[in-house]
Amino acid sequence: MQLKPYVRSLAVAVSLAFVAGCSSGGGTQEGSMDGIAGGNGAGGAGGAAGGSGQVSGSGLGQGAGQMAGARIPEVRTIYFAYDSDAIRPEFQSVLESHARFLQGNPDASVVLQGHTDERGTREYNLALGERRAGAVERFLSVQGVSPSQVEVVSYGEERPAARGGNEEAYAQNRRVVFAY
Amino acid sequence: MRALMTTWLAAALLFCAPLVQAELTIDITRGNEQATPIAVVPFGADGGQLPVDLAQVVADDLERSGYFAPLEREAMFATPSSGDEVKFGDWQALDTRYLVVGRVRHEAGRVEIRYELMDVSDGSRMLGEVLTANDSQLRAAAHRISDKIFEEITGIRGAFSTRVAYVTSQGVGEQTSYQLFVADADGRNSKQVLSSDEPIMSPAWSPDGRKLAYVSFESGRPAIYVQEVASGRRAQLTSFEGLNSAPAWSPDGRRLAMALSKDGQPDIYVMDIGSRNLERVTSGDSIETEPAWAPDGRSLIYTSDRSGGPQIYRQALGGGSPERLTFTGNYNARGRFSPDGESLFLIHRGGNGYQVARQDLDSGRLVELSESGQSESPSVAPNGTMVIFATQQGGNGVLGAVTADGRASFRLPAAQGDVREPAWSPFLN
Repeated sequence: MQLKPYVRSLAVAVSLAFVAGCSSGGGTQEGSMDGIAGGNGAGGAGGAAGGSGQVSGSGLGQGAGQMAGARIPEVRTIYFAYDSDAIRPEFQSVLESHARFLQGNPDASVVLQGHTDERGTREYNLALGERRAGAVERFLSVQGVSPSQVEVVSYGEERPAARGGNEEAYAQNRRVVFAY
Repeated sequence: MRALMTTWLAAALLFCAPLVQAELTIDITRGNEQATPIAVVPFGADGGQLPVDLAQVVADDLERSGYFAPLEREAMFATPSSGDEVKFGDWQALDTRYLVVGRVRHEAGRVEIRYELMDVSDGSRMLGEVLTANDSQLRAAAHRISDKIFEEITGIRGAFSTRVAYVTSQGVGEQTSYQLFVADADGRNSKQVLSSDEPIMSPAWSPDGRKLAYVSFESGRPAIYVQEVASGRRAQLTSFEGLNSAPAWSPDGRRLAMALSKDGQPDIYVMDIGSRNLERVTSGDSIETEPAWAPDGRSLIYTSDRSGGPQIYRQALGGGSPERLTFTGNYNARGRFSPDGESLFLIHRGGNGYQVARQDLDSGRLVELSESGQSESPSVAPNGTMVIFATQQGGNGVLGAVTADGRASFRLPAAQGDVREPAWSPFLN
């Protein structure tokens, strides 16, 4: 489809603007777990403001410190064991941070993209990817996130993050991605 | 059908995509020791050589069937081009069982092809025909000759004039692009019928060979589309919440079985294409997907993990309890019926990984057919003699084919990118 690259870059631009718009002044904590944990404390309070941050979206984002909780958590991928949809303990805090963000930003929505490694049949893997994303969806729901903010799309083995027929690549591909 | 026809979408955009070359070549990885020796003599030519070596195309077809071992040209003592010129003693000395000779006359863009099939053992003529074709139909004419020869000797209808649809991908991660191709059964003459930045899955031929159903993620989520191969016109058939996957045409072409998760876990549904009415076939907390129709259209098989791991079940349409069909090992998935309905081809996880296997339905006996441990997506030739499937070679997805008895196997590597999800067309003539 010829239009898709444009659509996708538009989507990327919009979400970048969103991220930038919601950024606090100290928006340099790329990928830092500490940054997420720090932001969580203000999640409830910053939430309402976060919604408007999305609308402003100009990338100026000088929204001051109290909006830190309105940031989309930096860690947006969690990984799974082979043939499992169980949330691993080390990723619970990641899910909790997304739950707080979504609760604090009722206008925000997320697509949970479920993925599998390449082993096994494609259509069955598509179902397994959905089961993984569904496990994350249930976790968020239990945390109080509105179902209307969450959508599940499984890609099965169709969009690998890493190539290669080895466990290292497989482990990177068994994942759920939070796509805002 | 009217509802479908009125919602056909023009798909002209799809054809503007840059042409990606995905021509397949064929490497023979395992020959059949018991293949019948045959000699296909280079055809004589009046009026200049043809752009296509017809005898070579026929010999390649017959070899790829696994039933025949064509004689190397270098070993031929003579090159007769009609039955009258054949000295049978020469060919008997070479242990050749059958002989194909022919002659072409090329005149003003029209080609007349005359060929004969001889039984070397008694010198009798089994087949003699005259075909006419233009330059663009020469490969098709050769495949038709292969079909005739194959049927005359084996009693089985030839499937050389059929086509294969398959999915390719280029690149990795967010930059990946996906294409849907249709090619001749020998991998030649490939044409791109769809291109997208989002995944394309599960191509399935309509029983009349004119349409493909497939899953495309182009809207950001999976949806089932039906596309006319010749015109490129297409319609979106489903866009339910959740999975829209694994379309499978009923033998009468009026219904599509599919896996949908709109009501929770993925289940099997049957959609009437004309009315778009849905009938739910399975329900429960387990995964049900990968439906396929029995040749008589009265039952479906599908993959379910209700026992823990994926196994194949059969469900009569219109009621009754599902019957579990596979019990060998803990992973059996994506079953496809042989055309006679007596066996299944499926993906079985054994000691050597994921293999194409055949299971006899009466005895329940399962036999592994492929050698690679990364096989998926088996699709059966319409005459039941071969299965094409996806596998890996050098880290790339390639297509493989194996005879239904496992005696001979082939690889069809593409020039570049990953190739997967082959779907063998029905008979087209």
